[in-house]
Amino acid sequence: MNERSERTVQNGDAALSVKNLWKIFGRGADRIVGTPDAELSRAELKEKSGCVVGVRDVSFEVAPGEVFVVMGLSGSGKSTLVRCLTRLIEPTSGEIVVDGHDVVSASEAELRELRRTHASMVFQHFGLLPHRQVIDNVAYGLEVRGVGKKERRAKAEEIVGLVGLSGYERSYPDQLSGGMQQRVGLARALASDPSLLLFDEPFSALDPLIRRDMQNEVIRLHRELGKTMVFITHDLQEALKLGDRILIMRDGAVVQIGTPDEVVGAPADDYVKDFTSEVPRSHVLTLKWVMRDPRPGDSTDGPVMSSDTVVRRAAQAALASEHPVRVVDDGQLVGIVDDDAILRVVVAEEEVSA
Amino acid sequence: MTATIAPPRPQAGAEPPPPSEPRSLPRWAWALVVIGVWIVVWALTKGTDTLEIPVRVHTEVQQQLTDFRDSVLASRDTNPLIQFTYSLGGWFTDVVDWAQRMISIPDFPRPVPQIGWLGVTAIATWIGLAVAGWRIALLVGASFVSFGLFGYWSDSMDLLIVTFVAVVFSVLIGMPLAVWLGTSRRPWVVSMINTLLDIFQTMPTFVYLLPIVLFFGIGASAAVVCTLIYALPPIIRVAGHGIRNVSPTTIEATDAAGQTSFQRLRKVQLPMARKTIVVGLNQTIMAALSMATIAAYVDGPGLGKPVLSALFKNDVGGAFVPGMLIVVMAVMLDRTTTAASEASERAARGQVDLRLRRIVLAVTAVGALVAVWASRTYISLAEFPETSWGPTLAGWVDDFTEWFTDTFRGATDWFKNLISDYLLNPLQSLIAESPWYVTATAILLLAFVFGRARALLPTVICLAGLRYFGLWHDSMITLTMTLVGTLLVMILAVVFGVWMARRASVDLMLRPVLDAGQTIPPFVYLIPMLALFGPTRFTAIVAGVVYAAPVAIKLVADGVRGVSPTTLEASRSTGATTWQEITKVQLPMSRSSLVLAANQGLLYVLAMAVIGGMVGAGALGYDVVLGFSRSEEWGKGAAAGISIVLIGIMVDRICRAAAHDEAVTHDATRRPRWRAALGG
Repeated sequence: MNERSERTVQNGDAALSVKNLWKIFGRGADRIVGTPDAELSRAELKEKSGCVVGVRDVSFEVAPGEVFVVMGLSGSGKSTLVRCLTRLIEPTSGEIVVDGHDVVSASEAELRELRRTHASMVFQHFGLLPHRQVIDNVAYGLEVRGVGKKERRAKAEEIVGLVGLSGYERSYPDQLSGGMQQRVGLARALASDPSLLLFDEPFSALDPLIRRDMQNEVIRLHRELGKTMVFITHDLQEALKLGDRILIMRDGAVVQIGTPDEVVGAPADDYVKDFTSEVPRSHVLTLKWVMRDPRPGDSTDGPVMSSDTVVRRAAQAALASEHPVRVVDDGQLVGIVDDDAILRVVVAEEEVSA
Repeated sequence: MTATIAPPRPQAGAEPPPPSEPRSLPRWAWALVVIGVWIVVWALTKGTDTLEIPVRVHTEVQQQLTDFRDSVLASRDTNPLIQFTYSLGGWFTDVVDWAQRMISIPDFPRPVPQIGWLGVTAIATWIGLAVAGWRIALLVGASFVSFGLFGYWSDSMDLLIVTFVAVVFSVLIGMPLAVWLGTSRRPWVVSMINTLLDIFQTMPTFVYLLPIVLFFGIGASAAVVCTLIYALPPIIRVAGHGIRNVSPTTIEATDAAGQTSFQRLRKVQLPMARKTIVVGLNQTIMAALSMATIAAYVDGPGLGKPVLSALFKNDVGGAFVPGMLIVVMAVMLDRTTTAASEASERAARGQVDLRLRRIVLAVTAVGALVAVWASRTYISLAEFPETSWGPTLAGWVDDFTEWFTDTFRGATDWFKNLISDYLLNPLQSLIAESPWYVTATAILLLAFVFGRARALLPTVICLAGLRYFGLWHDSMITLTMTLVGTLLVMILAVVFGVWMARRASVDLMLRPVLDAGQTIPPFVYLIPMLALFGPTRFTAIVAGVVYAAPVAIKLVADGVRGVSPTTLEASRSTGATTWQEITKVQLPMSRSSLVLAANQGLLYVLAMAVIGGMVGAGALGYDVVLGFSRSEEWGKGAAAGISIVLIGIMVDRICRAAAHDEAVTHDATRRPRWRAALGG
């Protein structure tokens, strides 16, 4: 486990905890985990047994209220992973605990209960019911739970307002734009008031501008409702924008788990480095990543900032001052940032984008 | 297909690799070789060992079949299976009988049915209004009045009753199977049901009749049972397909909301598949209507009866009027179900003022009830007054037919003789007048040439079966008619199909005509052809061509249109002419549709060649008809029925084997286009 996650998740109070999760597709898949075959690469295993590894020995924990982003290219197993969390795809082995409920060993009825009340999901292609009005789509989760018509419609009405769709309650999904349809999908997930929201590439099918709106919408909802979120995406910008922490997957396995600045500042390997090479680093990196240890002769007149200030925000003040920035955490001087260090981040970025 | 398998990229500077296969003759050249040898052998051996048997003679196998029938009939009181089928049949008869006494025949001691024509028309019109709106209500009302005006009120009601009863049971039996087909996660269930449905759809309608008569007797019970069996496959296949094809994303999304599997079915799968289910229902109704008319052969009540007896007498005018009413009924049922589905869509979307609708329906319901009361009270409103419309129209048709045939005798005879002299007769002579072992060998070789090894086994079995049941000569004549008919169908299909695919305006114009053509029961096609060509085998062939053409044309048109526009654009950019574009790109790339069209054409023409048995087509169709009418010929009729099935299976298997590169599979993703085009 990453040191960072130990900081955010205290023992036992995780909203979601996944341990050694495996998903292997194909005949006889359940006999592979734990044998030497499991160590084979995807291609080799496919060759040998005809089975395909979707998720390989994944473990992580998500703290209550955290936005946890899983990111990877297509085929990396991220969508399989999120479906395993509520067993829309049956995991091959491992342990999943949501709100203290063991998902893997749950019976059919317990699983339904979990899906109805604890975890909701938003899908890439919306998955709305075309024959129902927006209001009844939103109320669907309550309906299958057995909530009376009046009550569930009232609740749905409220949620429709929350996602900014007031006035469209009586519309049918095909009368709405893609962005609005996904708002319906979001409302449907929120209606049953789950503690955990799962997003499977929810904005990939949308135009860039609408996507940005929807991302901001998610940020707003997260601020207002404080739900725990697991967010799947293949878009690094999106991951960095939304995620408290990011899990990077490749070929079904975890490559790195870390905060945005950790992923950009200290990529675990060349794959992640390659991935993050085009990110505007000044937007992500904090002073922690550019500061040097203080030396006795340093000026003490420079502006004071904390180590988690993003470089871009620090840049103007730092460059305006003739003295280097003093990085202070908890009243303790932890480092110094020269103009050079800031310029190196900003200029390197210009070169990349040029 | 071989073009898609890319050879390994040659090394720079290396010699180009030699062709991987030794050059061999193309399939058509081999076929010509086989046919050439066949013709030579035929010239030497013609007329020997043709296995022709006189009309009233039967072979031992056929006699055994008759004996089997007799033993089944004799065991009627002891055999539990027969007792079961007879009591089931009796129950169907009771249901039909009750309905008949309600609306079609006098319910003793009343001199008239319980509800007279005015009441029935009013109720039907009201139902049309309720399910599909006022336009359909007008259509329904006018149709019902026309049934009476032309003097076929009770026959029309009987046909409706048989159709309706069969459809109700088809839906009761078919929907659970469709749900099973649509929701089963076991691949073997899907492939098993699909295979069964394929077999049923390969069987010409006629073939159901004889065994059904054995187990259910003749009359209303046999009519309901054979109609039920024939109408069952569309609803299972189409509805099952619709349920299976509900968007998996939506299923997953709603599963994630924690629904039970019953909630999934009721709230997601069935509503989302509703449109397709209604299409299946529509096809089931049309199939039921078409079979219910053919059930006249087993003394089933309905409009088929007057058509049949007139056809037997070559009375074109007499067949025309009830035939026309069958078409009226087909159009009425087709339009009503289609419009009903559209109307329910609108209602579900809240585009209908419910309050107004309720008021209108309540008021009109009162009107309908008054009409029912009146029709029970006044005799003239109960029994449709006699009119001279029917006989008058029949007379006009006869006059017109006479004038037409007199005037165009030259043209029709020229066409008939052209096809007969240059295609039909030589081919029939070759196929039927060669010694049976020569023909069998030739068919086998051709099957191998076209279908390779996978066509061999079914062909051998079918040929052996044809030989065993002792109607070899008749079978070969029927096969010849089928092949000639199919050739004509394919010419039509390619010409019109390509035309439709290339010009949207042509498509727009022809498609409704073709759709309408598909709703008409096959029986009806015989009437105008009989007028044109008289009672000959040619009549049956042309009727078969007309019957099969809509399906084949639509299949070819859809196939050609399915050719990727990018490929077309690429070919155009190299400067291909229109002709080159059609022959080198569009037709080769839609080969699977062409094969499928030929396959369907064969089966449709075969079905018609059999139905046409009694208007001069002779051969197997006549044997079957004889089997119905003469007790001692039952075995021969049954043998003829089995032979028809064997021919159908044989040509079907050879076609499929020939096309197996782009195999017609049970792959659900490939099914919809051609199934939709088939209308089944």
